[in-house]
Amino acid sequence: MSAGTNIVTADRNFPKHHDLVEERLVLWYFVAALTFMTVSMLAGTLMGLQLIRHNPLPAIEILSPGRWRMIHTNAIAYGFLANAFLGIMHWVIPRLTLRPCLNRQLSYLIFAAWQFVVLATAVGLIFGQAQGLEWGETPVWIDPVAQLGLLLVAINFGAPILQTRGPMYVTLWYYLAALVWTFLTYAMGNFVPEYFVCGSSAGAVGGLFIHDLVGLFVTPLGWGMMYYFVPILLKRPMWSHGLSLVGFWGLAFFYPLQGIHHFLYTPIPMFLQYGAVLSTIALELVVVTVIINFVGTLYGTGGLVVTNLPLRYFYTGILFYFLTCLQCALQVTMTFQALIHFTDWVVGHAHMVMFGVFSMWQLGVMTYLIPRLLKTEWYSTKWCEWHYWASAGGLLVMSGDLILGGLFQGWSWAALQPWDASIRLSIPFWSVRLVAGFVIFAAQILFLLNFYLTWRNAPRTTPVTEPASGLATA
Amino acid sequence: MFERKSGIILIAGIGFFALAFLSNAVVPVLMYQHMPEKSVKELINGNLRYQFEDLAQRFPEAFEKAYGQPPADPDQASTWYNDHCESALKLGHQIYVGEGCWHCHSQFVRPVSNEDRRWGPVSKSWEYQNELQRPVMFGTRRVGPDLCREGGRRSSDWQAVHFFNPEALSVGSPMPKYPWLFDGAPDKPTIRGLALLTYIQWLGSWHETYPYYEDYIPVPIKTASKTE
Repeated sequence: MSAGTNIVTADRNFPKHHDLVEERLVLWYFVAALTFMTVSMLAGTLMGLQLIRHNPLPAIEILSPGRWRMIHTNAIAYGFLANAFLGIMHWVIPRLTLRPCLNRQLSYLIFAAWQFVVLATAVGLIFGQAQGLEWGETPVWIDPVAQLGLLLVAINFGAPILQTRGPMYVTLWYYLAALVWTFLTYAMGNFVPEYFVCGSSAGAVGGLFIHDLVGLFVTPLGWGMMYYFVPILLKRPMWSHGLSLVGFWGLAFFYPLQGIHHFLYTPIPMFLQYGAVLSTIALELVVVTVIINFVGTLYGTGGLVVTNLPLRYFYTGILFYFLTCLQCALQVTMTFQALIHFTDWVVGHAHMVMFGVFSMWQLGVMTYLIPRLLKTEWYSTKWCEWHYWASAGGLLVMSGDLILGGLFQGWSWAALQPWDASIRLSIPFWSVRLVAGFVIFAAQILFLLNFYLTWRNAPRTTPVTEPASGLATA
Repeated sequence: MFERKSGIILIAGIGFFALAFLSNAVVPVLMYQHMPEKSVKELINGNLRYQFEDLAQRFPEAFEKAYGQPPADPDQASTWYNDHCESALKLGHQIYVGEGCWHCHSQFVRPVSNEDRRWGPVSKSWEYQNELQRPVMFGTRRVGPDLCREGGRRSSDWQAVHFFNPEALSVGSPMPKYPWLFDGAPDKPTIRGLALLTYIQWLGSWHETYPYYEDYIPVPIKTASKTE
């Protein structure tokens, strides 16, 4: 999306934005995403309170923290991240391909079907029907529906991408691959270890699933989004097309190979464990090229990160991405694993990836798109600032605290101290984590409130022709 | 190739995914082909049967309410116990998964970090080749202790009270209470409570060292006879 393309766009008779983008649907997806994020954070709060033994609602079956812990992760993965990605794709893909999605009714059907899948998952989990697969606890009877939904998503978004002629922009590489990968990953993870293989082999497949869900569903959709929005906000092309190529193909090759690193020192064959470790370290090198490319793109205009809030969200996420991947390359080694596996270190890492990187990016895109969708400025830009600082600060404290706490837990276990010693030493860390969680929670509630008040300010008609600002047409 | 739709769909999308699946999933499946998956029925062993009949002794009313009376004929009673033990194990596994126990308790002992001294023998693949490890219950987090050598280590009484109110036995435990597995008191487990107790006592029951206690050294018979 260089400036040159825009000039061409203005000259020729290309389809108009309102014929391409179903703006109402994008908004609906954002509302759904933020609703499920609230549910997820309530669930996380419940588990956090349970850990420090201050659960205000103990001994109630349908409020069991064990069940709500699964709602916490599933509502984030399928309720927040997936919904936000789908909404953003409804904006990005038609604008990049200059073609609307395959079918408008199908788009709305997918929206309804996906909300059904997430709600049904939550209800199933509350009533104790979880599937024994991490990040795939969706009750088994919902899995075929979700699988069908993913197929429809791939068809609906795949059609405009496949119809484009000539070279595709980087975003579309990631999106196209992600449409294939997400479908395959979901099928592999939810059906193979449930029905076909058991024991260590199921562990290997389960590890692939945990990892591919992050690496082949969330990551490519996230980076695809960054390759689209960062150059638009900076009004300049990516620094190096070659590095974009290296980044995409390196990720595509190395990411799927590392699932087993979630189960090191298990009975899964050692040579497979070493393979997963090596490809994880290899991916770190690829990640560095991507980071260099994005920093190179920013080079010379770094001040914009201070003044432009969406951009600040993006580069904060990129910084956290670098940190998590650096952490990956270290923690994946057998030496580190002996100490930190099973501890809160991993929980801290997971929060840094899921919230610090991908949620921050999506919140940044929402901060950018919501005024354009509602054709009005944010109710309070100050609240947007608060939202950023409380989210980023809370996350930094939460993950730092958990990572540090994990070290102490690991040392306590290795020293063969009684088990309750590791619980006692965790209490301060769990308390700090809870406070950080409250800060993050408050920030998102403020964002929701800001969103609501902005919406109330929005013009009542359905204006589809008037873009709110220059950026909306870029 | 690198920027074309066909390259991205066929090589990156399908090809690399398939390569990873073949090398990381199909390889272990082929390696463990000689260890067929055991059904739940095949998992019932002497240790577990002992524990299950022990439940009938400890919680006679609850047990009868859940399963009825065993037949008088010893042979028939044996089959009767086995059948109910099988269904209890299945239901217990379902509860273990549904309650999310596996998110705070792992089920494997690593060869590092002194784990074999704390939990018992390091885990081997054959231990997991069964229906109840589909999907495998390895777990990724230990808020509470590992459970794969838990069976027999503590009595079902202890386990029942602990499920009912963990802090009554483990001071400072962050484990939630599970009163819905009981009819109001820890000595009245429901059919779900009995099932989960059966499942917990099953863990490690296939092992020679069942039950496993830390630093437990069996007294050699020679020394024992000398002291008498």
